[in-house]
Amino acid sequence: MAEVVGRARAAFNSGRSRPLEFRLQQLRNLERMVQEKEREILAAIGADLHKCGHNAYSHEIMGVLGELALTMEKLPSWAAPRPVKKNLLTLRDEAYINPEPLGVVLVIGAWNYPFVLVMQPLIGAIAAGNAVVVKPSEVSEHTSQLIADILPQYLDPELYPVVTGGVPETTELLAQRFDHILYTGNSTVGKIVMAAAAKHLTPVTLELGGKSPCYIDTDCDLAVACRRITWGKYMNCGQTCIAPDYILCHPSIQSQVVENIKATLQEFYGEDVKKCPDYERIINKRHFKRIMSLLEGQKIALGGETDEASCFIAPTILTDVSAESKVMEEEIFGPVLPIVSVKNVDEAIEFINRREKPLALYVFSNNKKLIKRVISETSSGGVTGNDVIMHFFLATLPFGGVGNSGMGSYHGKHSFDTFSHHRSCLIKDLKMEGTNMVRYPPSSQKKLGWAKFFLLKRFNKGRVGLIMLALLGVVAAVVIKNHQSVLKRKALLVALAVQRRGWPSLC
Amino acid sequence: MSDPYAGLLSRLRAAWLSGRTRPLEYRTAQLEALGRFLEEKQQDILEATALDMGKPSFEVELSEISICRSELNHTLNNLGAWMKDENVDKNWATQLDSAFIRKDPYGVVLIIGPWNYPINLLLVPLIGAIAAGNCVVLKPSEISRNMERLVAEALPSYLDKDCFAVVTAGVEETARLLENKFDYIFFTGSPSVGRIIMTAAAKHLTPVTLELGGKNPCYVSDTCNVQNVARRVAWGRFFNAGQTCIAPDYVLCSLEMQERLVPALREAITEFYGPEPQNSPDFARIVGDKQFKRVRALLSSGRVAIGGETDEKERYIAPTVLVDVQEDEPVMREEIFGPVLPILTVSSEEEAITFINARERPLTLYVFSSSKKVVRRLLERTSSGGFCANDTIMHMTLTSLPFGGIGHSGMGCYHGRFTFETFSHLRSALLRADGREALNSLRYPPYAPRRLPLLRIAMENRRRRTAACTLL
Repeated sequence: MAEVVGRARAAFNSGRSRPLEFRLQQLRNLERMVQEKEREILAAIGADLHKCGHNAYSHEIMGVLGELALTMEKLPSWAAPRPVKKNLLTLRDEAYINPEPLGVVLVIGAWNYPFVLVMQPLIGAIAAGNAVVVKPSEVSEHTSQLIADILPQYLDPELYPVVTGGVPETTELLAQRFDHILYTGNSTVGKIVMAAAAKHLTPVTLELGGKSPCYIDTDCDLAVACRRITWGKYMNCGQTCIAPDYILCHPSIQSQVVENIKATLQEFYGEDVKKCPDYERIINKRHFKRIMSLLEGQKIALGGETDEASCFIAPTILTDVSAESKVMEEEIFGPVLPIVSVKNVDEAIEFINRREKPLALYVFSNNKKLIKRVISETSSGGVTGNDVIMHFFLATLPFGGVGNSGMGSYHGKHSFDTFSHHRSCLIKDLKMEGTNMVRYPPSSQKKLGWAKFFLLKRFNKGRVGLIMLALLGVVAAVVIKNHQSVLKRKALLVALAVQRRGWPSLC
Repeated sequence: MSDPYAGLLSRLRAAWLSGRTRPLEYRTAQLEALGRFLEEKQQDILEATALDMGKPSFEVELSEISICRSELNHTLNNLGAWMKDENVDKNWATQLDSAFIRKDPYGVVLIIGPWNYPINLLLVPLIGAIAAGNCVVLKPSEISRNMERLVAEALPSYLDKDCFAVVTAGVEETARLLENKFDYIFFTGSPSVGRIIMTAAAKHLTPVTLELGGKNPCYVSDTCNVQNVARRVAWGRFFNAGQTCIAPDYVLCSLEMQERLVPALREAITEFYGPEPQNSPDFARIVGDKQFKRVRALLSSGRVAIGGETDEKERYIAPTVLVDVQEDEPVMREEIFGPVLPILTVSSEEEAITFINARERPLTLYVFSSSKKVVRRLLERTSSGGFCANDTIMHMTLTSLPFGGIGHSGMGCYHGRFTFETFSHLRSALLRADGREALNSLRYPPYAPRRLPLLRIAMENRRRRTAACTLL
């Protein structure tokens, strides 16, 4: 591991990942890779998650191509120095924020969307000019192996190496020094990643998870709401970090919700969901068993059929679920949807706030005020109102968690910013030493007044204001000394009026 | 043994859950109260800082009180605008929806302040934390004892005691404090303690901002106005007796430049502090005996060209310039944090860049040159938290510039609006408009094979025209 990272660092230090042209060329190569190897990518994802080509394309490839197109178009503007507002003393200077690469960054992917969750961070990291060590999840072994095979064929292999392996390899990797680590996965490992990063004072972006609540108000179009929830919950067999994890609703609409979801499931997957090519499987036996244990002692209103050999779990709904049950303790990450009864929105808000902050929060209601209230009185990584998942797909929205669901964010420009150092730059010249004199010792009251005036945004209007006025008056007199006295009087009057009204802020 | 801070934390958390700190009026009232603290306690602040480290009142007024007041006013002027939901550009699929970024407070945050600028570096983060709507635990440094006492005794009576608390704690108590869960931790101090803070934060997945330090290089090229350079470098180095995280730590220049720079520095020092700096009211002292001994030990590196006098009773170290310094000597192995300026000679700009890049990335990098090309080259070939050409410290006074480090000099940034954003969770929100369920049906199964090419053609067209791609 040390060798791989060392080579990446040497490659970064050579400076070749920095020029915009190089970054754009690598991104173009990446785009070519996705287009030319599309079939292999779809096959690998299909092998890992029993995902049909259409799903794999729309879940993983489309998003990557979109992100590439956006990044390549906007990169020149994102990477340009960003001028900032100056104060009186720096008026003659250049003041700007310079986006710069961080150095060597580490991207650790997850198994549930094994391609896009590695590619999207990679795109941002390349765009920002870094060297990137890519570590796809070993759990999605086909996709991981494919990435290891094809990435070096299209990208600079020293700058963007792929590292494969399980826990021991990842542990060794985390012992190396990086300049940023972006990890997608669960909170337990997130803590391990952050602790390892702390040893090197490496900043981290952690895209974790949690139980994303979904509140359904009695005042809403239940058929539409349930269709959207069905789509978001059972896509990828429930293995989505922003899937609606559980439903909160009034007991009176519980059976209607079940009926609607049942009807939608028929629409989506037909009579025999097991035979439907559009329905995925649980990634492996371990997770299969984990989800099975969540069903113990629960009232199954729909589904519940399983087949261990193929890791199949039918779309399942649990009703009258108790808040203390196992299924309400951990992130489900499977096609099991518990419905918990709440009497009203206050109870729902209270319920949500008693738990860890989730990655996503969903509210369905015709009442806009209610939706706004739920948002204002809760906290979550992100929110979608009257739909699920969709805030993920708008690249201008930063995607990330809060509290146990993560820290930092990415997507679109936010990826670029995450993987950049925003370096403050102030370029002065060696002239105008006169104005500097006010800050040098030996000190005096008058110097202090002037120093405050020049250096800071606000200043004491009293004495300094008068001095300023006097100065202005002198300047005005000198400048218009050849003009009529009327003009002179007018100028002084204006100056007096300005002083009376108070000085404008220098903000 | 039970956690001595459990009661405090649960009280603050209950106050946080009550939602009291969120309305703009509340935040404004608390910030205005903070302003009154600065006004009414100004004399006490001057006295406490004088006792702690002989801080000249000029320095305190300028670098502590005025800066805080400026940040306070800037925040009060703009808070309403900062708090507003930020609308984002939408793609065609979300045109009718409402898409914005909401600035949510984190909850209960911890701010740990250092001893060198005990007002500025404690209150400027506090301003941002309050502005962002959080509850705050404030931990001033125990090393600046008098300021710690002033903050602990006087500040709470200005602020809402249920939502803002001051904790006095030494090293061990701070470790106990850190066992509790905070929703954000803001730390200013040394890299070694920064590691400890981040490791403690990892246990609770608490995000952090670490304002650390390092050795800030100061490259002086051969083409420059030596007298002005000397003044600006001396001012930056000897302000607060060198105990400034962004002070120029060491100078790199050619031998020829060194020969012009040393007399210029001597002249500047005399201009500033007179022939006997120990008698000048404008020169500070080292904060404690431990720190005094540490800095004094560095004087044996190289050769003393200016100054070098010390007085243990007063913890006085004269403004000192060292020459003939080798890079492996003690003064070059740690952040000096004292009124000692080593000069190292390099034979070329290239050598200076190599020297700088071989070391940990500093909080700030300084370049002095009348050539814009030289400045540009140094900027492009190095990395640092911030960069300032032809002056020292001044980039810190512009609130529109984010202030923070990189690598061992820190992570995150603040000042002005950046402080507000540091203490805010930027929450994405997409509120879908009614209807258009027919459009949505394109994304639902079952997937008729004929739909996919249609989808792809639609997406490919869209990709060329607009930049954002979306799943329908």
